[in-house]
Amino acid sequence: MRMPATLIAAATALALAAPAYAKVIPVPAGDNAQGRLQEALILAAPGDVVELGAGRFVLTDGLSLDVKGVTVRGAGMEATVLDFSGQKGAGEGLLVTSDEVTLRDFAVENTKGDGIKSKGADNIVYYRVRVTWTGGARTTNGAYGIYPVESAGVLIDGCKVSGASDAGIYVGQSKAITVRYNVVENNVAGIEIENSRDAWVGGNLATRNTGGILVFDLPNLPVMGGGNSLIEDNLVIANDTPNFAPKGNIVAGVPTGTGIMIMANKGVLIEGNTLIENGTAQIMVVAYPNSFNDKSYNPLPRNVTIGENRVTGGGDKPQFPGGAQLVAELGPLPAVLWDGLGVPLDTLSVSGRHHVLSLNLPAQGAGTEKAKPELAHLPPPSKAFDRTGVGAPVALDARITR
Amino acid sequence: MRLMLAATLLGAAAVAVAAPKGGKVNESAVTGAGFAASLSDYGFFADPAAQRPAAGVTPYRIQTPLWSDGAEKLRFVYLPAGTKAKAQGDGLLDLPVGAALIKTFKLEGRLIETRVLLHRAEGWVALPYQWNREQTEARLALAGARLELTTPQGQAISYAIPNKNQCKECHQHKDAVVPIGPKARNLSAAWLTSFHKAGKLDAVPSVSSRLPLWEDRAKLAAAPVARGWLDSNCAHCHNPAGSASNSGLDLRWEQSDPIALGINKRPVAAGRGSGGLEFDVLPGHPEQSIMIYRMGSLEGGISMPEVGRSSIDPDGQAAVTRWIREMKQ
Repeated sequence: MRMPATLIAAATALALAAPAYAKVIPVPAGDNAQGRLQEALILAAPGDVVELGAGRFVLTDGLSLDVKGVTVRGAGMEATVLDFSGQKGAGEGLLVTSDEVTLRDFAVENTKGDGIKSKGADNIVYYRVRVTWTGGARTTNGAYGIYPVESAGVLIDGCKVSGASDAGIYVGQSKAITVRYNVVENNVAGIEIENSRDAWVGGNLATRNTGGILVFDLPNLPVMGGGNSLIEDNLVIANDTPNFAPKGNIVAGVPTGTGIMIMANKGVLIEGNTLIENGTAQIMVVAYPNSFNDKSYNPLPRNVTIGENRVTGGGDKPQFPGGAQLVAELGPLPAVLWDGLGVPLDTLSVSGRHHVLSLNLPAQGAGTEKAKPELAHLPPPSKAFDRTGVGAPVALDARITR
Repeated sequence: MRLMLAATLLGAAAVAVAAPKGGKVNESAVTGAGFAASLSDYGFFADPAAQRPAAGVTPYRIQTPLWSDGAEKLRFVYLPAGTKAKAQGDGLLDLPVGAALIKTFKLEGRLIETRVLLHRAEGWVALPYQWNREQTEARLALAGARLELTTPQGQAISYAIPNKNQCKECHQHKDAVVPIGPKARNLSAAWLTSFHKAGKLDAVPSVSSRLPLWEDRAKLAAAPVARGWLDSNCAHCHNPAGSASNSGLDLRWEQSDPIALGINKRPVAAGRGSGGLEFDVLPGHPEQSIMIYRMGSLEGGISMPEVGRSSIDPDGQAAVTRWIREMKQ
């Protein structure tokens, strides 16, 4: 018998979603939510679904999940709320340290540190999860909303994050990543991909952050050499919230009004995005600006390609020293701002549709007071981006039912 | 109410184990499946309330311990009859399957909790047990607990018994759970010798570099005291195979790379834990070092260590402060 491909896919999805002895563990909201929920997360067996009821779970400590293949599912990102306003300890609201976990349809509010962290948790799915600091943009908010790190296989889809004092969605030291169809608003960085490879960031709305979408590679970390990533078809609009990151963090240096920013990295394509009214720069490509002591680290961006994007306004209020003067002389800055660092013909290619202003910095680490800005003429993209292996494994899609 | 709920939920996982008689350890509770509901099921103690160990259970102490809100700690190692631990140089004693490590925490002059590490065929299992007020019994506290207690310094705190997952956060090495304390370098030569003479250790390891005895800290140079404290209090997470590996900070005793130790290292994912400071450790300037800032905080998202304390360790903080202040710039 021949089975149609869609049926086979559906059957496979069912098999993956419902192992032989999977059970549903209902956890209603109510008294002693901390103890009941934490126990359910500890006693769950691989394949089980921990089903959070509608309502507000008042939590006093961080929660954690360390069982492979568990789904934590709520009644919806507005209906089920894990409320950490009274949290006394732990570095995050929910910590996941096991593989093949699915988190979906619930919200996390007002954690003292990060919202949800997953570390060394391969093939994780975050679907329609909301992380919110309800007091708005405050330095005292936790750093990251959704925070997968040191993981292979990450799918973040349909989530909403606001108020993070570092990045709303932060993927660090990971590979095979898809971040799609999310709404990130009023964070310092909307989405940040750091020291990671093979990321597809597409179809997201990033607005009212300090910076919309950042792709960084930093020194002195166990995993370096970020790149081979696509930033595609995103809406990056009016990221105008004054930077409220605590000093010392790399994002504290992101100027208000940054749309898409690439720092170091090798192999990034930025294409098909709609960029509207990001006052410092719609797209910024720069070297790592600080001093560092790490022989294995390359601070320069390489092979960054800026294809055709839809650009409206922006570049009219650049928030870096000398920026206002530049605008007075030249008018609003063009779509692409480059610090001028890198090897010519190796660092950056840009569609003829976009103009590029180079700051012509003399060396890595130089301040903008040393800038000699002028329009740069860069080669157009010469070859198609090889998408092989970029994005989360397709199998993770089976855990999402829309 | 809470305990009853816990007991109901735990019904499936807890194993009913007959209480052993006559101060003998119940080996099946150590190595069998499931989690014993009561500490007494293991039979580690001839007299639990007095913490008098059963046969085969040996008390030990470590040179520079983990600080836990000033709690007094009673440590024991259990080896099944006829088995031996193996020395592995400066590192962890290699304990056989069937072995257990037991640590009891005492505050306000009474037993608060006992944490056990059980070496099973599939690996180490870490479990917390909470003592009752009457000091007659300690029950499994799988999801942890919070207790209002007063530290020896007289500070009222919300003391946290870690949940099973939090046990692993500190005891993690890659994907496995491992012991932390009984490394040869953090045990005295005298104890190792006596353990060997008792037939429980295959050889007395020659330790190349031993952590200082914490009580001797005033007489010792700043660096070994601080580095010993960092090894015992931070390095179980801050090492390349630990829970905080992604920070790039490695505070193990044997680490010598200044950047890995935080010296002139910028924070990575510290968030407001940076305290507005630029470097983990700025030589000569403890007041501008993130490490000191986080040791001195009690706020979630800032305080370090993240779990296992609800108050500030004044002596640990003084030791690390002195180390950074004396560090050449």
